[in-house]
Amino acid sequence: MTETAASVSSEPFAERSPAGGPPAERQDPSSRPLAERGAVPSEPLPTETPASAQEVAELLRSCSEEGRRVRIVGGATKLGWGNPVEADLRLSTSGLTEIVEHDPGDLTAVLAPGLPLAEAQAAFARAGQRLSLDPPLGEDEGATIGGVVAAGDLGPLRHRFGAIRDLVIGVVVALPDGTLARAGGKVIKNVAGYDLAKLNAGAFGTLGVVVEVCVRLHPLPQQTASAAASTEDPAALARAARRIAHSPLESEALDVAWRDGQGGVLARYAGETAPEQARDAAALLEEEGLPAHVHEDDGKPWAQQRAGQRSPDGVLIGVAGLLGDLERVVSLAEETGGALVGRAAIGTTWLRLPEADLASVERVRHALAPHACTVLDAPEEMRAALDPWPALEPGLLALSRRLKERFDPDGVCNPGLFAGGL
Amino acid sequence: MAEEELAHEGPNGAPTAGGGSTPHAPTALDEDEARREVAARADALVTRLREICGDPHVYTHPHQLRTYESDGLLHYRASPRAVVLPSTAEEVRDVVRACHGERVPFVARGAGSGLSGGALPVEDGILIGLSRLRRVLEVDLVNQRVVVEPGVTNTEVSKAVAPTHFYPPDPSSQVVCTIGGNVAENSGGAHCFKYGFTTNYVTGLEVVLSDGELVELGGKAADGPGYDLLGAFVGSEGTLGIATKITLRVCPVPEHVRILVAFFDTTEAAAATVSDVVDAGIVPAAIEMMDGPAIRAAEPMANAGFRTDAGAALLVELDGSRAEVSARFEGLNEVCERNGSIEIKVAADEAEAQRFWRARKAAFPAMGRISTHYFVQDGVLPRTKLTEVLKRIEELGEEYGLQVANVFHAGDGNLHPLVCYDGATEGEAQRAEELSGLILSACVEAGGSITGEHGVGVDKMCYMPKIFGPDDLAAFERLRRAFDPEGLANPGKVMPTPRLCGEVPGPYRQHPLEVAGVAERF
Repeated sequence: MTETAASVSSEPFAERSPAGGPPAERQDPSSRPLAERGAVPSEPLPTETPASAQEVAELLRSCSEEGRRVRIVGGATKLGWGNPVEADLRLSTSGLTEIVEHDPGDLTAVLAPGLPLAEAQAAFARAGQRLSLDPPLGEDEGATIGGVVAAGDLGPLRHRFGAIRDLVIGVVVALPDGTLARAGGKVIKNVAGYDLAKLNAGAFGTLGVVVEVCVRLHPLPQQTASAAASTEDPAALARAARRIAHSPLESEALDVAWRDGQGGVLARYAGETAPEQARDAAALLEEEGLPAHVHEDDGKPWAQQRAGQRSPDGVLIGVAGLLGDLERVVSLAEETGGALVGRAAIGTTWLRLPEADLASVERVRHALAPHACTVLDAPEEMRAALDPWPALEPGLLALSRRLKERFDPDGVCNPGLFAGGL
Repeated sequence: MAEEELAHEGPNGAPTAGGGSTPHAPTALDEDEARREVAARADALVTRLREICGDPHVYTHPHQLRTYESDGLLHYRASPRAVVLPSTAEEVRDVVRACHGERVPFVARGAGSGLSGGALPVEDGILIGLSRLRRVLEVDLVNQRVVVEPGVTNTEVSKAVAPTHFYPPDPSSQVVCTIGGNVAENSGGAHCFKYGFTTNYVTGLEVVLSDGELVELGGKAADGPGYDLLGAFVGSEGTLGIATKITLRVCPVPEHVRILVAFFDTTEAAAATVSDVVDAGIVPAAIEMMDGPAIRAAEPMANAGFRTDAGAALLVELDGSRAEVSARFEGLNEVCERNGSIEIKVAADEAEAQRFWRARKAAFPAMGRISTHYFVQDGVLPRTKLTEVLKRIEELGEEYGLQVANVFHAGDGNLHPLVCYDGATEGEAQRAEELSGLILSACVEAGGSITGEHGVGVDKMCYMPKIFGPDDLAAFERLRRAFDPEGLANPGKVMPTPRLCGEVPGPYRQHPLEVAGVAERF
């Protein structure tokens, strides 16, 4: 993937879009003329690979001084997300791949940003632990800790354990002025100082480069088992998911899926009695009129759920919704001929559209308003033709802009990539 | 007003720790001048405040103001120029807008039960009491959300969603403390080892920024795009603005709960048990430790049947699916026995469970029976360093000739040592404070933190440089200034200042206006 804006014309999309949605309507971070904004054929950018946090900070400082803009890259598995970035160089975190510390007794670990999440998990697993975060890992399981933090990406375990913002307890950020700022610490419970860890989680690297992350870990469950049920009725699906979400059974994950006129509910249980809990959940699903069964070997259905959070060749929309909207979201997936996976109780879902046309995206956004719909995967020419981010309220945009200006006044870090063109 | 009286006593019945010097005592002429200037502007404001909130809701008489001079941390006092009690978010907005117009600093206050001086007024500034914003605006159980105003108490939130759901964060002052204060302090409680803190439950905030602008951060939905301003705001101790509407996630009540108390001869054995519980993959809803002095103080008050000859007690609560809790409870018993527990008491019913908890919660007020005064410390350490640090605390206690009782959230290494002293004995309060500070240093040296749930406030500003360097503090300042460029929201809190803390490393230079609390550099 390239970092510069697509050189392909956006006309076919403009034609298909009843709303018109011309690119000029986007909140453009750049005041430079369009011709300069990526109409130039993309050339591979020079890549810098700092070998220490200090080197990252130094590099950012020199970029600030020289007016160079940096595209920050981890495992390059989510580079297509967000606005196209005009950059002068790439900063790769691949020189920072250490597990700096793992304290099994304290259930904490300090990780370098370039470390692949899969490698970290393998190390934790040897101590009977895990980072309770299971987003899709992308090609060759390349997703890195830094990339997952920056994108705020998540997987089915979001249900029970929260998102990365809930699991990060400390952070070191290299700022464009060349300083290294630490926030939080290495203990789970800590209210000293401002929470820059959460601020940088999901900030897509626009406030600095996260160079160290301290996370809390959890014990690996002895076993897991899942209850699964299927239906062709979106209303029944939503009802069944609600039943599990509101039941006092403690599920570790609770997902829904929909594709080709059929959907399912999947609830995972963990611990010594996982199969028993899953059977209890299956009984609840049956009570809701859905034929249900228990997977004692439940790796595969969950891998499918994670896979549904990507659409490498199509369009993927992330929806920040609510449990009560599930029927509406599932029905929309059905009407648009799309497919859906998501966290039922949290309300966060991913909608894969069959066709890459702007009209479908607009339709989804319109139908689900006011919930935030973010276009994640999309063909390059489509990304150039729309704002992948939902519009921010003016007050929120102004506040976000002040933050960006305080942390990255010269627009060095992933300029323009983020919501609001920040 | 009952609430304010409670606030004066502190939620834990903490006695007045002797009137220390006020932290805002002027020391130079230009300070006096700057303060007079603020006072003059604040006076001009009062008329406007009366227009906004109505005469009865603006206090300026010294007798009325006295109630608000301190929060739960009673050895700091400052008198605001006026106290204003708005009743709606719009009134809060207008009050803040008026303060901004006159560049008068303001401090928000909930129940005033905080223990770090977070709601301490700025001398001659405006104190905004939120106790009249106490409506539960919406109970949306379909989406597992509840929307409340900031003056609603923590307990009222759980009540609003009972009996099917509950709100997990449960600070020990939960009957009086408000959700607005919980948001400001990122409050925890006994159940946060498993369930997390306030920050893990706030999905949306309506916030009045320091210029009087009303912004919505988040909403009912989670995982929305954009900067995590909720994450930045929760725990910012009132320095980024005032939350006027709070949306919280609530959870289904667990199917089953079981509680036991295991007694040990030593805190070492109890600490080893905590480690073994965690190593066994058990994640208790709560795992609380009391040492011998704490048990002996609490038992006569709680009558929970706790062994007063024990060196330590561990209160462990498991919750979740019935099958899982039952299976795990057996494992828990085994771990306690393996570590030499001298007695294990299992709560036979809800009433006994309540008695166990009462003993744990009685520990703070019960200290009043064995000591006229005490300091409550709030430090955090990595759990594996528990034994080491407890030993150090014991040594320090002996060295200073002062009794230290320990009550703490053992699962997440959050200590609350109670340093007992006699306020009538010349110099003992100072020595107790010094000892309390050394305990904090021991936590930091072990790799921990200076506060786990009480906040930095004014109490621990000067400890901030122990865990954060100049570049870290400068980054905090960037965040704070993005929200509050003029430094009007709760200035003089959280960040260390040279006036109070001596020379602080970094780019801080004292300015007369800053000294007077007019313009705070932060």
